[in-house]
Amino acid sequence: MIERLHGLWPHLQQLPVFWLLATLAVFQGFSTLAQRLKQPLINPVGLSILSLIVVLQVTDTPYAQYWAGAQWLHFVLGPATVALAVPLYQQRARVLALWRPLGLTLVWGSSCAILSATAIGWALGASPPSLLALAPKSATAPVAMGIVEKLGGIVSLTAALVILTGVTGALLGPWLLDRLAIRTPAVRGFALGLASHGIGTARAFQESEEAGAFAGLGMGLNALMTSLLVPLLVRLV
Amino acid sequence: MLNGYIAILGCLLAGEILVYLLALPLPGPVLGMGLALVWLTRGGEAAPAPWIAASQSLLKHLALLFVPAGTGLILHLARLQGEWLALGSAVVLGTLITLAASAWLLARQIRPRGSADD
Repeated sequence: MIERLHGLWPHLQQLPVFWLLATLAVFQGFSTLAQRLKQPLINPVGLSILSLIVVLQVTDTPYAQYWAGAQWLHFVLGPATVALAVPLYQQRARVLALWRPLGLTLVWGSSCAILSATAIGWALGASPPSLLALAPKSATAPVAMGIVEKLGGIVSLTAALVILTGVTGALLGPWLLDRLAIRTPAVRGFALGLASHGIGTARAFQESEEAGAFAGLGMGLNALMTSLLVPLLVRLV
Repeated sequence: MLNGYIAILGCLLAGEILVYLLALPLPGPVLGMGLALVWLTRGGEAAPAPWIAASQSLLKHLALLFVPAGTGLILHLARLQGEWLALGSAVVLGTLITLAASAWLLARQIRPRGSADD
């Protein structure tokens, strides 16, 4: 039994359920903490990612082993994206009434996202592969990865930058919008979804159903816009 | 609720199939969302109860679903370390600029009716 105990950790480490449970528990822990402390800087997504990275580093666990369990959660992203259609449908009267301002904001915001990221990265000396990975960073991860893959860039780096963008938007976005005195839920939501995709959308849903629906719309439309604009920009440069 | 899941997964699959057949530059789930919208529009005034139930259960913990992919940052620690200033500034400042620019333009165009905004 004691010898078996020594072998317990390596055994646990390769069980998918262990990492699935760890992900759920860590996220639930930080969510509860965030609710208790009402402190917007405690962002459950960002803190969960950070803690899990520390755990994997310290225990010398390969990411592939973690992924074997965590991929089940990742899979649910697909159906969850489709599910965004429901709140959007419930807000359809407002969306249709606002199609023109939303369309203009989409073209403007999507261009801002691509140009600001690449310009800042270029000015500070980012390498060309990093610049390509930065360009679609505001689009939802699967779209951004698809774009960069087609253009021959580093796909997994893109995913990392997309996630960082989402966490930044969720963490600082509501604060920035408050400072700018933007209070209309539709505007807050659309901007959050456009600039920081699904993670921003998840944050917008915490504000209200209406903000969440417009965030889902911003995310979906920007996915489309980014996949048109980034290849265009690359061709021009 | 099971009907809601079947409908949602059905739209997802249809989205994936169309993206593949037409070689569209979009991910299947985003097209699936569009298809679900079209489907709902055909249905009538209110979204069907199973759709609402399934959608709420999926969206309730949306943020959690990004944790596995986000933990993949671990694969890029070396590059992030080497270029942290450029990449960090581009991500943080770029995102804040985009947020502010988008919210500003949209808010300017919308005159909220009877709300606290000016």
